Amino acid sequence: MLEAVDLACERGGRSLFRRLSFALRGGELLRVAGPNGSGKTSLLRILCGLLSPTAGAVRWEGTEIRRLREEYSKQLVYIGHAAAVKDDLTAAENVRIACMLAGRRVSPRQIQQALDAFELADLPVKRLSQGQRRRAALARLLLSQSLPLWLLDEPYAALDAAAGRLVEELIDGHVARGGAVVFTTHQDTRVRASRVIDLDA
Amino acid sequence: MLEAARCIVVRDLLVAWRRRSDVATALLFFVIVTSLFPLGIGAEPDLLRSIAPGVIWVAALLSCMLSLGRLFAADHADGTLEQLLLSAAPLGVIAAAKAFAHWLVAGLPLVLIAPLIALQYDLPAPLYPVLALSLLLGTPVLSLIGAIGAALTLGLRGGGVLLSLLVLPLFVPVLIMGAGSVDMAAAGLAPDGQLLLLGALLIVAAAFAPWAIAAALRISAE
Amino acid sequence: MTAQSVKWFWYASPQTFYPVAGVIARWCGAAATVLCAAGLYIGFFVAPTDAQQGEAYRIIFIHVPAAWMSMFIYVVMAFWAAIGLAFNTRLSHMMASALAPTGALLTFIALWTGSFWGRPTWGTWWAWDARLTSELILLFLYLGFMALQAAIDDRRRAERAGALLAIVGVVNVPIIYYSVQWWNTLHQGASVSLTRAPSMAATMLTGMLIMALAFWMYSIAVTLVRVRCLILENQ
Repeated sequence: MLEAVDLACERGGRSLFRRLSFALRGGELLRVAGPNGSGKTSLLRILCGLLSPTAGAVRWEGTEIRRLREEYSKQLVYIGHAAAVKDDLTAAENVRIACMLAGRRVSPRQIQQALDAFELADLPVKRLSQGQRRRAALARLLLSQSLPLWLLDEPYAALDAAAGRLVEELIDGHVARGGAVVFTTHQDTRVRASRVIDLDA
Repeated sequence: MLEAARCIVVRDLLVAWRRRSDVATALLFFVIVTSLFPLGIGAEPDLLRSIAPGVIWVAALLSCMLSLGRLFAADHADGTLEQLLLSAAPLGVIAAAKAFAHWLVAGLPLVLIAPLIALQYDLPAPLYPVLALSLLLGTPVLSLIGAIGAALTLGLRGGGVLLSLLVLPLFVPVLIMGAGSVDMAAAGLAPDGQLLLLGALLIVAAAFAPWAIAAALRISAE
Repeated sequence: MTAQSVKWFWYASPQTFYPVAGVIARWCGAAATVLCAAGLYIGFFVAPTDAQQGEAYRIIFIHVPAAWMSMFIYVVMAFWAAIGLAFNTRLSHMMASALAPTGALLTFIALWTGSFWGRPTWGTWWAWDARLTSELILLFLYLGFMALQAAIDDRRRAERAGALLAIVGVVNVPIIYYSVQWWNTLHQGASVSLTRAPSMAATMLTGMLIMALAFWMYSIAVTLVRVRCLILENQ
């Protein structure tokens, strides 16, 4: 499904990784490990198409993602470091907009279910705590189950135990349904990865 | 595609509404700048009448430029810009939607306030429609071209000043045609030529600027 | 891939281009010196005195060629910027970055000499003449390009952002030029314009063309030296 061929990345004059290749199929879970600054976020952004690799290419179903542009974006969910929620809007409004931008209509009931699962009140995001903000960002996942590829950068950061378990369940469920997930994390997680790429090596 | 565009426009309008004071401040700037000229130059009615179109247009330019800094900065800071880059709709459509929302919030109010300023400068009444029409055609072009500059200078230290240096030279044709049309009308000649040229600039900007904005966003987001 | 296209991309490598640039720069520098001497000689000694403006008009031999070259260089800069964006070659971006300071300098020279021309002719140091105003805006475009590249720390983003700006600029330059022309006719009416130069004697035209060529050779030489510096910096 997703293929990385000979990826190289240079940031700020430093070479982060070179000749990185892997193939990911449906139902597989890839974990990217490595210390801070080793290029985990850069790798994820290259896989999304936000960053161009210094060398190599990323392919989705055989075609380079550079050529696919929106066709590829429609197949994935990317949740990065930043919460990607607008402070002035409520959590519900943010989730609805995120789904509309991804091209999916969702009903208010579905949005409410997602917010309930993450125990979020429908308040303007600026009144939420850091952890709640993070949960608001992750609420999209519940509505993105039809998207084949999930790219998650530190999904467990700033989450408490309960929310962390919920995210683990979601990831497990997605993989079980045949989706592919790539995630980075510092923390120990009970989710067993099919594969681990260690950028420290 | 249009769904996503509508969604962005509504979102930006909603955010602007909830931050009304920011928007009002930029409009207040427009009024303050136009008040400075008589203070600096003197208040002879004839002089004011002749400089009115130019002053109003320059103030509109500066006011538009001040608000351009906000166009992508907030999205960049909270991470929503990345999501826009990854959306299912073409980035050009999204860029056009953002520029349109910016115009609704920062440009259209200028068109509505301008007649009041023209009143202060004792501009003859028959010129008001020409002034309003020239601003109506010109301010969207300012939003579109300015958005290219805003996208290029995303997150940079120089910030607003660098944006002005990049974008003001590109605004010159709009300024000349806009103020010129009112001057032509004031001289008793038909302003049709200038207004049509403004319209042409608008069409060209609407056709090409979104793609330049999209390219600039991709370059800046890397 | 044909042998032709392989050859182009071979020269696109900074390493291979470095010595080539040095050779071309030396020859162009020599040519520039010779042409400049010839042009100035014609301009200051050979060309006849103008009936209306006396000796003061002779500054035209620097002013007009500098103005021509300033606009030409902007187009060339935009060309290299476009190549750089399309083919993702670093050398093209370096060429564009190297051309900008020279273009800005020539624009400044055009403005400075234009001001000197205006003083004895009209009594003012600055006239809002169509050409001078367009040159002023062109100077802002050059400075904007240089400022943008200087403000961005990441090399790749700086090159590509500058390239996009240059392309947007080059599309706007004709629009700016014609709108300034129109603005000038609206506001200055029948007064004599600096751009309506004295009717050209053949020698005057030859002198200007030789100076234009001299500036062109100079620009090539200086730009290539700058590109060599950029290549060394980026190794």
